[in-house]
Order: sequence, then structure tokens, then C-alpha cells
Amino acid sequence: MNWQAIALSLKLAISVAGILLAVGLPIAYWLTFSRWRWKFLVEAVVALPLVLPPTVLGYYILVGLGPRNLPGKIWESWFGHTLPFTFGGLLVGSVLYSLPFAVQPIIAGFETVDRRLIEASWTLGASRLRTFFRVILPLSATGVVAGTVLSFAHTIGEFGVVLMVGGNIPGVTRTVSIDIYDQALAGNYSAANQTALLLLLFSFLVLSIIYGTNRRALGLWRKA
Amino acid sequence: MSEGRPNVNWILKRCFPVFAALALAVPFSCARAAARPAASPAGQEPCGTVTVAAASDLSYAMNEIAANFGKATGCAVRLSTGSSGNFLVQIENGAPFDVFFSADIAYPKKLEAEGLAAPGSTYLYAVGKIVLWVRNDSRLDVGKGLALLRDPSIRKIAIANPEHAPYGRAAVQALRNAGVYDAVKGRLVLGENISQTAQFVESGDADAGVLALSLVLSPALQGKGRSWNIPENLYAPIRQGAVIPRGSRNPQGARKFLDYMKTPAAARLLQRYGFVLPAGGKS
Repeated sequence: MNWQAIALSLKLAISVAGILLAVGLPIAYWLTFSRWRWKFLVEAVVALPLVLPPTVLGYYILVGLGPRNLPGKIWESWFGHTLPFTFGGLLVGSVLYSLPFAVQPIIAGFETVDRRLIEASWTLGASRLRTFFRVILPLSATGVVAGTVLSFAHTIGEFGVVLMVGGNIPGVTRTVSIDIYDQALAGNYSAANQTALLLLLFSFLVLSIIYGTNRRALGLWRKA
Repeated sequence: MSEGRPNVNWILKRCFPVFAALALAVPFSCARAAARPAASPAGQEPCGTVTVAAASDLSYAMNEIAANFGKATGCAVRLSTGSSGNFLVQIENGAPFDVFFSADIAYPKKLEAEGLAAPGSTYLYAVGKIVLWVRNDSRLDVGKGLALLRDPSIRKIAIANPEHAPYGRAAVQALRNAGVYDAVKGRLVLGENISQTAQFVESGDADAGVLALSLVLSPALQGKGRSWNIPENLYAPIRQGAVIPRGSRNPQGARKFLDYMKTPAAARLLQRYGFVLPAGGKS
């Protein structure tokens, strides 16, 4: 079992989930409550990675942000290196690729909050920020948790973007899914089997937690 | 339970159209792909369609060979290029390739040993070479050979993955034998196959790379960079073998294709791409 790859995947997934929680909340808030007529375009952009092949994203990061193109040159002059083959490159790719998995459940959560409660909070003098943290967030916690867990799990399972821009460097860009691919190609079926089984159990566990902690499921336990 | 709270079922319902579309698209596209060969009337194609799996160092040479073969025989060729190791695993698991051109002769021999190809049928079709390559706009002087890679201004060096790509294995052998492996190993980036490795250097994402001569001579890279031939005594010859897997659905067509590979026209083409041709062709 390649613990280095597992540790790397966990580090990547935790970072992605953290960033997406911070970025996803304001995006989801705006998408839920804005009345801008062109909002649907932003919604389409946020949902794009659901439909876009990971190779497209990988291609843009590799070539667009490579040293031969302007965005890549700018990046290099700021940070001293280009994005491909670095942990930062995987991070950027993964954040973009998991964006809808974080934002859409959060939006779903926000939309179920009773509008009258929000307006009551405003009329009682609470600021928008205070209303957000004291009324909206507690009432939509399930959606926020689901978004964070899904973006974490989706990053663990990511393959295409990493294969294209990672360069398979042990400890830097060789994630668990790439490791399984390498093992399978090299004919090490027993190693591939072990890691694959671990990921299968992990994915099952994550989904069980999401489904098990939703209120309806908890209610079934209480009745029994 | 109050409906004021979100729950996962509700979230999934929102995304259901997307999931449903994906779930429908997969079987449909498979069904169409499976129906295609049957739909083409056999009369128009004297030997039907030959499905060829070729190592990615052959990408360009094989395109030309397949086109010439099609003209000469009227057969249709469906060409897949990729990692030899990947093809091996796919064929072991039932992939319907009619002929497999591996970059490493060990893979077709493994199919023989596993009973997935006729014993002794592997054909040594070429021997590959590796070169050190940098882009034209690089300041590096490839004339210095592999010792050049010690240069600290080089941040990333691309090679194919030595775990399953024969060109990667040869690259590591050459780096070790040249005594620079320890100096460069922290800067290596691994391509999934030799084409991806070439693409890493061609895009400028890596500063230098150890590539297949056949790719450096291809239209995609020719004139775009400078190369240095790595001496052949630094690595074991990259002996490349082809075989017709037992699972072939068109063994006659595959046989014709292999025969065509042995013609002088095909041999000239392989040589133009930098391959060395074995004398007898026997493995």
C-alpha cells in the first residue's frame, strides 16, 4: 500500500474542501439570492465542470498556464514557477473541477430556508452578515456539510486532471488514483487490489455518512 | 419532519437530470459503437476492419503505414495508440484488438506465455532509440549530452514512467549509466507514455526530456527543437514486438497487416522515423 500517495490525496482533498467551503459559501449565497437577470450565465459557468471532460481542464492548465502563453508567463513571474507538475497545479485544477460539487448542495440548502425568517431577522435589525451566520447557515447546515464532504470525496477520486498536469511525481503529484493506475499498468494486481479496495470502502463510508446524517434517516432510528 | 430543512435526497433530485442524462448516454454510445462493424457490408471491404493497438512511439509512423496499407489492400484500419502497458492489461482483459504493436517485446511474449497469443508468434518489428531533446527557444546546449542535465537551471526533466513504459525504463538506465541519475531524480516528471512525455517538453512545461527518436523525427516535433542521440551502450536495446492476440476478431486481416509491416515500403518508412530494423525479424 502506497501510504505516501494516500497521504498526498488526503492533503489535496482537505485543502480543496477547505478552499471550496470558503469560496463556495459566498458564491452560493449570491446565486441563491441575487435577482440579476444574467445570473443564469454564472450558474452555467459554476456547473460547467459537471459536464466538461477533465481533459479539457487539464489541457488548459497544461498549455494555457504553461510557460509559452501569457497567463503562464504572468503566473511564473509572480510565483517563480509554472503550475503544471506542482501541488499548486493540482490544487487549482481540483478546486475548479469540484466547484459544482460544493456549490450546488449549498445552494440547495440555502433555497430551503424560509424567506420570512430571513426578512424577520433583517427587520429586527440584524445585519446581512449576522443574518447569514445566525439564521441562514444554521438552517442549511446539512447542505453545507454535504457540499464540503462531496468536494472532499470527489477530489480523492479525481484522475483525469491529475494524469494530465501532474507528471506523476512521488509525494508531490502521485495521488492514490494515479497510483492504482500505475500498479494496474505495471501488472501489480495485488497492490492495485489493496488500494482499490481501500478507496471503495472509503467512498462507501463517505456516502453512508452523508445519507445517514440527513434528518429523515436519523428520524427512522429514533422511531425504532 | 419539517420541509424547511434541506436534505440529500432533495439535492440529488436537483441534479437528477444530469445524472440521468449521463446514465443514458453511456449505454447508448456503447451500443452504437458495437453496432458499427456489423453495419458495414463485408463485400466492400475485402478483409474487413483491422483494429490495431500501437505503442505511442509509433503514433506518426503507424498513421502513414496504416494509410498505405489501406490503399494497397483495401482494408480499413482502426488505429489506437497509447501506452504498451495499458494495451497489455486491456488485451489480458479481453480488449478486441486484432494486432498489438508493443514498444517492449516482453509484453507480447507475456501474452504468449499466458496463452493469449500463439506460442512463438511474436514478431520483432523494430528497435527504438532514445534522444535527449530541448525546445528551440531553450538556452541549453544539448551537445553536452546527459551531463547537461546537472545544470541547476533545469527544473523539470520529462521521461516516460519507467514502471510501465519501455522508453522510460531505457531513460532511467541511460541516466544511471551516465552517472547523473542521483543528480536529476528529484526533477523528473513522468509521462504516462512517450507521447505525453514529448508533449510535456514541447509545451515548455518541462525544460528537457528523454524522448523516442521516432517522435522527435515526426511532423509534430521536427524543427521545433534540438536533440542529442543517447549512445546505445548506455541502455538496453528497446526491442519492439508485435503479436496477434487470440481474441482477435479478424485474424486474417491482422495477418495481412503484419505481412505488410515486413514489406520494403513499410521498412523504409520505419527507418525514416529512426527505427532500426532487425535483420531476420525473428525474435
